[in-house]
Amino acid sequence: MKQFKGRIVTPGTCKAQAVVTHGGFNTLASLQKALQFGDKSAKVSDQNNPDLYGKPIAGKALCLPQTIGSTTGGLVLFCACQMKRNPACMLFANRIDSLACAGSVLASVWSDTRMPVIDELGQEFLDFVKDGNMITVLEAGTVNVE
Amino acid sequence: MLLTKQQESILNGEKGETLAKVMKTLVMYGEAFDAEKMVEVTSRYNHLVTSFGLGVMEPVYELMDTLLKEGVRSGQKFTVDPRPLDPNVPTTLLQDLVFKVFMYNKQEFYEAQLNKLGLLEKDAFTCTCYMSEVGNVPKQGEVLSWSESSAVVYANSVLGARCNRNSGIIDIMGSIVGYVPYFGLLTDEGRKADWIVRINTTRKPEAQLLGSAIGMKVMEDVPYVIGLDKWIGDELNDEACTYLKDFGAATASNGAVGLYHIDNLTPEAREQGMSLVKENAREYVIDDEELQRVYDSYPVIWKDRNAKPKLCFMGCPHMSLQQLKDWTDTIEENLRKYGNRKVLIPTVFTAAPAVIARFKETDYYPRLQKAGIILSYICPLMFMNNPLCSKMPVITSSNKLRTYTTSRFYTDDEIVLQLCKGGL
Repeated sequence: MKQFKGRIVTPGTCKAQAVVTHGGFNTLASLQKALQFGDKSAKVSDQNNPDLYGKPIAGKALCLPQTIGSTTGGLVLFCACQMKRNPACMLFANRIDSLACAGSVLASVWSDTRMPVIDELGQEFLDFVKDGNMITVLEAGTVNVE
Repeated sequence: MLLTKQQESILNGEKGETLAKVMKTLVMYGEAFDAEKMVEVTSRYNHLVTSFGLGVMEPVYELMDTLLKEGVRSGQKFTVDPRPLDPNVPTTLLQDLVFKVFMYNKQEFYEAQLNKLGLLEKDAFTCTCYMSEVGNVPKQGEVLSWSESSAVVYANSVLGARCNRNSGIIDIMGSIVGYVPYFGLLTDEGRKADWIVRINTTRKPEAQLLGSAIGMKVMEDVPYVIGLDKWIGDELNDEACTYLKDFGAATASNGAVGLYHIDNLTPEAREQGMSLVKENAREYVIDDEELQRVYDSYPVIWKDRNAKPKLCFMGCPHMSLQQLKDWTDTIEENLRKYGNRKVLIPTVFTAAPAVIARFKETDYYPRLQKAGIILSYICPLMFMNNPLCSKMPVITSSNKLRTYTTSRFYTDDEIVLQLCKGGL
């Protein structure tokens, strides 16, 4: 097991399996099909992301550097949370970007969904974590990977 | 974050629970970026990115309803991104059915919500709200709560306004409470350049290609571009502004650029010059070979890469009036050259409703019609973002459209050949 410490963007705790992308997570391109066509497992539809394409991310610990793409990204993430198709948590290696931050905050303030979001976990975190690892998000921004 | 008494009273619920939640959203958003304070939104109008009544966006409509029921309204009138549908654009029966019944079945409902919240006027739908014909043109130094990436980068760079790359919904919240968190591109430090980009090409670089190259290199950083004034001049006239519109949209979509400076041209570069560049700025040199490398790197994701194009979209972001006129001349001239009367691929030029209205008053409009080109206010990106259209071989010279959809990129010159000659 290895422990990492990050910064809390939205609070909470959870335990979930990791899905990892080393490239930016394009929120609109990744989630639009899942939202549009009733896929509750939220399989990623972004063909430009070989790490995630076709993998389900609902209920998983999404490990990523940052999000990219359309500035509708925040509201897409908010919709995914409201429709219960969101990751269990989002764990950013870098400082969170403005679009992911907006989506996380909107979900935190305007929905019942509790999706812990931790950023600044560092490149070492992203290098270490692998698909299928068990992730535990504890209070104070601590993330255990096993 | 330090709040004024008025801001604190909103956050504490003295103006109602809903406004308190709006303020809490903005405060949390700002705190994530270490914003020390909230500052007043000072532009006359806002601009929203969410223009589409997509059925699955139910949570957005519910949130809007919550705001409306509490009597909350935008403090500014606003323009919105383009509509996703236009009957002028050719579609199949199946596409029509999918668009109207399954996808954009909330369009009327959502537009009614926008009207109540503060839509500027019924046709205020365009991504180029900053065109003089549309009239949402911020002044230098004004603070905005916009979110459309191509409009944000234009407002910051060409107009010298101040705006972060916000997300949809955050945009309207800023104009509801009248404040946005002070961080990033709102600050003097955040507007300094992390990169020097030197243009060493032997001819005028294509705006969409140059923007793409810079966006992919610098991502969300601020570039200071040297040597472009040699090709587009040192005056922000129609031609230069149109160039920068397309250039900026490509930097923002192929990367995440929210602000660029062009040496001797854009307002802050003219005033502050190289003092805008950070001490440890990195350098990127662009020559003809580099642009060719970038062009060659674009994947073609058509099933059959030799398929005959079924549609051509031009105008993402929406075209300017001058651009419509110039393209009319170019298409006419090349149709004559290759012995054709009409374009050989169904082609849609898109522009803001107000620009289209103005264009229709000119003698260019019947000439464009005669060439077989359709003029529309649609958002090509929204049109393409579904499984039916994504299977169509669509061509474009927009790097934003290429990035977000399956459409295939060609340079402007190549598009002319495709349309007027029937191939390259």
